[in-house]
Amino acid sequence: MIAFFFRKFDRMATGFVILLAAIAILVPVLNLAVPEGSPFHIPTYLVSLWGKYLAFALLAVALDLVWGYCGILSLGHGAFFALGGYAMGMYLMRQIGTRGVYADPVLPDFMVFLNWKELPFTWYFFDHFAYAVVMVVLVPSVLALVFGWFAFRSRVTGVYLSIITQALTYALLLAFFRNDMGFGGNNGLTDFKDILGLSVQAPTTRAALFALTAVFLALGFLVARAIVVSRFGQVLAAIRDAESRTRFLGYRVERYKLLVFVVSAAMAGIAGALYVPQVGIINPSEFAPSNSIEAVIWVAVGGRGTLVGAALGAVLVNFAKTWLTGMLPEFWLYGLGALFILVTLFLPKGIIGALTSRFGRPGDGGAQ
Amino acid sequence: MSADLTDSILYLDAVSVSFDGFRALHDLSFVVGRGELRAIIGPNGAGKTTMMDVVTGKTRPDKGIVVFDGSIDLTTRDEASIAAFGIGRKFQKPTVFDGQTVEDNLLLALEGPRSAFSALFGWRSRVAVEQIIDKLAIIRLGDLRSKLAGSLSHGQKQWLEIGMLLAQNPKLLLVDEPVAGMTDAETEETARLLTSIAGEHAVVVVEHDMSFVRALGCKVTCLHEGSVLAEGTIDSVSANERVIDVYLGR
Repeated sequence: MIAFFFRKFDRMATGFVILLAAIAILVPVLNLAVPEGSPFHIPTYLVSLWGKYLAFALLAVALDLVWGYCGILSLGHGAFFALGGYAMGMYLMRQIGTRGVYADPVLPDFMVFLNWKELPFTWYFFDHFAYAVVMVVLVPSVLALVFGWFAFRSRVTGVYLSIITQALTYALLLAFFRNDMGFGGNNGLTDFKDILGLSVQAPTTRAALFALTAVFLALGFLVARAIVVSRFGQVLAAIRDAESRTRFLGYRVERYKLLVFVVSAAMAGIAGALYVPQVGIINPSEFAPSNSIEAVIWVAVGGRGTLVGAALGAVLVNFAKTWLTGMLPEFWLYGLGALFILVTLFLPKGIIGALTSRFGRPGDGGAQ
Repeated sequence: MSADLTDSILYLDAVSVSFDGFRALHDLSFVVGRGELRAIIGPNGAGKTTMMDVVTGKTRPDKGIVVFDGSIDLTTRDEASIAAFGIGRKFQKPTVFDGQTVEDNLLLALEGPRSAFSALFGWRSRVAVEQIIDKLAIIRLGDLRSKLAGSLSHGQKQWLEIGMLLAQNPKLLLVDEPVAGMTDAETEETARLLTSIAGEHAVVVVEHDMSFVRALGCKVTCLHEGSVLAEGTIDSVSANERVIDVYLGR
């Protein structure tokens, strides 16, 4: 598989990984080593902002893996992202310790406020970073496994599947809003102090988180790439293009779908875990159905079924969002809607898809 | 009947299927021998495609017996395991993987492990490449091997799908209207191909084109309203009064 992987490793993929490696080094250097007055200095708030974009890009790559390559249009990927984020947030909450408003050594502030006397079992062991990391991957994966097992075995496909993924994230939104769920209710988890003993506010920590996000985006991309160029990826594309044909050839379609769905959910969970310490908060609004739909728009804008395009779309759309919500906040949603319509009409293969079909060789972007 | 069963590759006995009160198959019984070439004809709604759906596991029969290879009960199996036993199916509308090359289409169909893990960590063997070159020669698409299947003509897609069936190397091929949309020359060529692979594989062909059925030169089964109306040589079936009434017309 290794040789096969490299044979199909095209220039765009190489360029993308090199670009990520470069910004993982360069951005922290320009932030930390270049003095503030210099025109080359990157302020810390921008480092975190771009770190957030890269976390979204990883979510977009995860979504593109299932949507672009296997035709599973998940409108609930934000749920996996948020669950990964909550797992990380719970670790960060337990690091606050006695520095909270109520200075309880074990219970986070919101639990003291609710007059709880004991830590709920869901919060056990979250003071250990390694445990939290395992949960970041495990919780979204298990949810995807259970959900996918039922959905794919019952052969729920197309728009019906999209609707139940939407229902899934909406149900979690409502559940996490409730105080008795024990995840901070409406306010979510915030006021984080340290991660692995380092202050989350410190520029060095922020730069490190940024670099780590770039590295994980590159790793996520490489894993997704390895999957789609393998024989497994060929079967996924076959399922996307003619599901029943694939079945009559003897492939157990539901197992292929389930495996790629779980991998994608785990990747989305990791993206969420990288996002939370950089934005400093996780609350139930991350489960909002509109977040998951926005992620689909990133992928469509960048180019479905190209991986690089998904990442590019996530960064571009979020950059536009930051800019437009700063300038004309009331127009952002119209802008997003217009963008989606324009891309569907004029760039059906997205930015990367349009570029490769104009300039590239077939197979360069993987989009066909 | 038991001799029939053990000698058969496909054995259907009193199979019935209804959809919302419509009886698609009604006590359908027929037997296909090992390596036999069989043509199935009949008017629209006679149950030809439903019969294929039942054999390949897409539709569960309400009652009746469907046995493959003398011993395997197909009524409780799903599509993937039926395909693994050795039944290949070509759809009425040519269905190939448009986004992949002709070669990759054949590679996906090639007999071999089908599990997700073997696909993730397996690699292409030299034997596979030889097999594919062999199939490309049979379906005469060698020059187009690295073209996307979506760019092929209708007739070429039909042939590619037949090639995929061959790559699967099944014991029984179910072929639904293989010559729809083909030129006369392609039709003749398809008849020659199907007769040549029969013997090594059993082949069941559903077709409306009577000159094509004649060119196959095999036993013909005429279905009507979900059961067998007549069976025999093409001449005896096309001379049958009832077949003329319901299907061929006067």
